[in-house]
Amino acid sequence: MTRRRAKLAVWKFASCDGCQLTLLDCEDELLALAETVNIAFFLEASSETVKGPYDLSLVEGSIATHHDAERIQEIRRASRILVTIGACATAGGVQALRNFRDAGELSRMVYARPEYLDALSTSTPIAAHVPVDFELHGCPIDKRQLLETIAALVSGRPPPVPNVPVCVECKSHRNVCVLVAHGTPCLGPVTRSGCGALCPAFHRGCYGCFGPVTGARTATLEPVLLKLGTAPRDIERLYSTFTVGEPAFREAAERAGKKG
Amino acid sequence: MDYLARVEGETSLTIRFRKNQPANVELRIFEPPRFFEGFLRGRSCVEAPDITSRICGICPVAYQMSACAAVEDALGVEVGPEIDALRRLMYAGEWIESHALHVFLLHAPDFLGYPSGLAMAKDHPDPVRAGLRIKKAGNSIVRALGGREIHPINVKVGGFHRAPSRRELGELLPELEWSREHARKSLEWMAGFSFPVLDRDYELVALTGDDYYPLMGGRIASNKGLDLAVSEYDSFFVEEQVERSTALHSTIRGRGAYLCGALARINLGIDRLSPAAAEAARAIGFSVPCKNPFKSLLARMLEIIHSLDTALSIISAYVPPRAASVPVTMRAGTGYGATEAPRGLLYHRYQVSDDGTIEHSKIVPPTSQNQKSIEDDLLELAPRLARMPHSEATALAEHTVRNHDPCISCSTHFLKLDVLHE
Repeated sequence: MTRRRAKLAVWKFASCDGCQLTLLDCEDELLALAETVNIAFFLEASSETVKGPYDLSLVEGSIATHHDAERIQEIRRASRILVTIGACATAGGVQALRNFRDAGELSRMVYARPEYLDALSTSTPIAAHVPVDFELHGCPIDKRQLLETIAALVSGRPPPVPNVPVCVECKSHRNVCVLVAHGTPCLGPVTRSGCGALCPAFHRGCYGCFGPVTGARTATLEPVLLKLGTAPRDIERLYSTFTVGEPAFREAAERAGKKG
Repeated sequence: MDYLARVEGETSLTIRFRKNQPANVELRIFEPPRFFEGFLRGRSCVEAPDITSRICGICPVAYQMSACAAVEDALGVEVGPEIDALRRLMYAGEWIESHALHVFLLHAPDFLGYPSGLAMAKDHPDPVRAGLRIKKAGNSIVRALGGREIHPINVKVGGFHRAPSRRELGELLPELEWSREHARKSLEWMAGFSFPVLDRDYELVALTGDDYYPLMGGRIASNKGLDLAVSEYDSFFVEEQVERSTALHSTIRGRGAYLCGALARINLGIDRLSPAAAEAARAIGFSVPCKNPFKSLLARMLEIIHSLDTALSIISAYVPPRAASVPVTMRAGTGYGATEAPRGLLYHRYQVSDDGTIEHSKIVPPTSQNQKSIEDDLLELAPRLARMPHSEATALAEHTVRNHDPCISCSTHFLKLDVLHE
């Protein structure tokens, strides 16, 4: 007897499409995945759609319009398991920078007729609107973590995604520590792993695109960065990018900003 | 139960007829605005490549390259030929993977009547598998130079954080050679498709230079006599906001709609295609002028072969540069940059203060430049669409949009078509 294939849906909110593209970037696994699960709703890939409910919904993007704030409620109702994928969905994304500015002024900077827009003054994570069953972090998410998460969830296992800092991954790759050896500002000690510690492997400091690891000790890292000669304003900028909506990074940015 | 009724129709197309004549086409795109140009103010100009890459996950390298070009112009930085070659290599990787996605998974299925590449794979497994392998070869270049395919981490103003070793690039050669061979075979297969007839009087816009097929550097030119420096962009092109769409509409001042992307590039640059791509074009009898947007499929395949050729020759001649980047010193100024994203011209402009803080920025993506031409394509097809059963008309309309823009940012799998008679 064959088991019913799980119905997978992929949804997009305010985003760059990169995280859902990660699924199509699984060139070696894509055709097999399409056999294992029923890709029922994935507009980036197919105009054929199957009605809900869905066993697993992957949600990309942040809530940034009134319309989307309503739409996510319907998607939640239609989804047995809802997983947010990527920094926009888990933290509001780089567009959450608007949360700390005058949103009206921002829209006037870009659009001649802001009144045509349906834009909220904030960009917020999905979990601020509906219950989320699992969050996959990263800007963008990691391909391997995505495949492992889908495989685990459709077979009823918890996803095997660790919550440790980039430093752990970096050491396991035997990278030279850019912070210690080169004096390069690096957010590795406070950032969630998953990328494969890419930046240090390319002689660059981590810029925090997977967001803060649980218990991130940004206050301990700050004097280290200052001692390297990093200007407080640059520390503020370093924490104010793709996961600026994460409270731990926002607080670190504000703390540094007060010094600059 | 009716789940998610409201989700459908996010993007919609309305065709209006007056007295049985097609009068007007409106493509509505509701991409939530994200205000990049707003929050770039106050950032350091060296942050522009990483921040703006997040505008599009499908062509992040294009954003990084246009941002670097514009910021380096503002700061008076010249990167030299070695870094320039590495950038061309990385960009070739993005063209290959982005075009392969577009052609094999999104566009070819339209010609054969499938809703997706995955559905097409059931009846045509070999071309889809080849397409995925070609796509992977393109991605492997981006990963080797950038660390990852989406939002690569190794590009910076002045060059790269680290230059790859000869071995890291040399490992890519066998798959790139396989891909070039199979891209040629796939092109022959696609040349046999049935192409809807449409001959448009486009103004085709692309970068031109003496040395290279349009990619980076050179002037902006058109088939109708436009010829300008990138720094003159704002005097020739204007963006308007229309109520129905968050994507701005760009036009040539006093002239109207224009088209950029693969079809524009091949018309303006066919004599600068690589040898293998030029031979492949001859083999299928492809010649210019070609103004049938449905044949952009073939133009993209030729650009895949060209990019594979480019990558193979850059890697074969590669010697790591002495330094992966050139030093960058801040100064006040305005910089202009334009490069050819897979879907067309991508323009960035930054005005920076003496400490390198961005005071003003402007970014014009291909989508806003092509949107008016896409609507005009649909207007020309309107009488045909109006005669078709609704499902067929929707499929052809989607196909027409996918001739230019395959991604959901541009919402091409729209689900709602209205034909109104007034």
